[in-house]
Amino acid sequence: MIEIKNIEKSFGDSKVLKGISTIFETGKTNLIIGQSGSGKTVLLKSLLGIHTPEIGTISFDGRIYSELNADEKRALRTEIGMVFQGSALFDSMTVEENVGFPLKMFTNQSPKEIQERVDFVLNRVNLVNAHTKKPSEISGGMQKRVAIARAIVNNPKYLFCDEPNSGLDPKTAIVIDNLIHEITVEYNITTVINTHDMNSVMEIGEKIIFLKEGILAWEGSKKDIFKTDNEAIVDFVYSSNLFKKIRKAQNKEI
Amino acid sequence: MKNLIFKEIDDLIIGSLGIVAFISFFVGGVVSIQTALNLTNPLIPKYLIGFATRQSVILEFAPTFISIIMAGKMGSFITSSIGTMRVTEQIDALEVMGVNSLNYLVFPKIIALLLYPFVIGISMFLGVLGGWMAGVYGGFTSSDEFIMGLQTEFIPFHITYAFIKTFVFAIILATIPSYHGYYMKGGALEVGKASTVSFVWCSVAIILANYILTQLLLSK
Repeated sequence: MIEIKNIEKSFGDSKVLKGISTIFETGKTNLIIGQSGSGKTVLLKSLLGIHTPEIGTISFDGRIYSELNADEKRALRTEIGMVFQGSALFDSMTVEENVGFPLKMFTNQSPKEIQERVDFVLNRVNLVNAHTKKPSEISGGMQKRVAIARAIVNNPKYLFCDEPNSGLDPKTAIVIDNLIHEITVEYNITTVINTHDMNSVMEIGEKIIFLKEGILAWEGSKKDIFKTDNEAIVDFVYSSNLFKKIRKAQNKEI
Repeated sequence: MKNLIFKEIDDLIIGSLGIVAFISFFVGGVVSIQTALNLTNPLIPKYLIGFATRQSVILEFAPTFISIIMAGKMGSFITSSIGTMRVTEQIDALEVMGVNSLNYLVFPKIIALLLYPFVIGISMFLGVLGGWMAGVYGGFTSSDEFIMGLQTEFIPFHITYAFIKTFVFAIILATIPSYHGYYMKGGALEVGKASTVSFVWCSVAIILANYILTQLLLSK
């Protein structure tokens, strides 16, 4: 579980996060949504320790990040898996070298054990016959799978995903969403996903927080979205005609 | 880390040998021909061709001008490879994993470039060899005269001086491009700009370091 208490973050005069508090539960896919510039990425980077909030605390299962020493922070980071928007695979390495990288860096496993674990997670993300290929030789969807495999290879407790299905076709995007959800439940991980893809929200949004201009404007689940009267979230989610029609249909059913 | 260092040695040192050999050999030849063509006074001995080639190649061409060329080749490679990692969030990925990205990316390059004097040694040898071949086979001097020129007033400290300079240039070649790549911001266009800026600053640093070291080491 990750608990955020009243965090604030500014860049110069501009306050990007304005007193956000929430809890991301274990074994659930927690989504951060909001318009561009709403503070989603800053919140995610604050959770990752890349940005340091001026006020407030972030605790990982009771461990308050700002109170940890350097070694404890390093140890905590080995419990974190991250899927970047552009996958961020190392160009110079093959798929299996990318996936095995965290194990090579942070464990004392033998090359054979590393290979077995790499094969296992690559199978888990349904990626076969790409082990020796370079990231540039595989498709965007396959790159995302490799990024997910790399993120989970070291059995993380926390999984962060920054727009995991950006640049993917809708069908592949749903496959990636479902894969992240399955992994979250299967390994009982606290997963936080930064997205503005409404398909993801409807597919895997077990807990959703909506940011507007740095303020937590709404939180709930995908089911709650259909019932809420919160203007900010309704405006955002139903900005597309397709979702307006879905909401109308849902309301008629209710 | 060992594998990374070997990879950097392959990319930076071994990968530069071809171009260094090519340039050194032919520039050595040109220095020899130019010197020969400017010796119009019959009182000036022909062995001066070998002497001038040796002095030019060992004192300046191999250590300094090859380093400036390497600022373009190695420097651009280092800046663009690290800069691309920055742009594509690969450096963030390292940081999130808990890897010290600066150490991981820059340290192997500095260690690899400790072998840079080896490249310059080859450049010196091939420069002189090119001068000898151009001088002898171009009919400007005899082999004996050229070799005599190479041996005339040979000061062993000049070799030490050249390798001290080379070592300093190696540090410049490893650090300035790494800095420009690591701390760059923006996208693909900025990677290109960072490579250009890094080449300019590397060249400036090499020229200034060359002047200061020459003043310190050779002036009496």
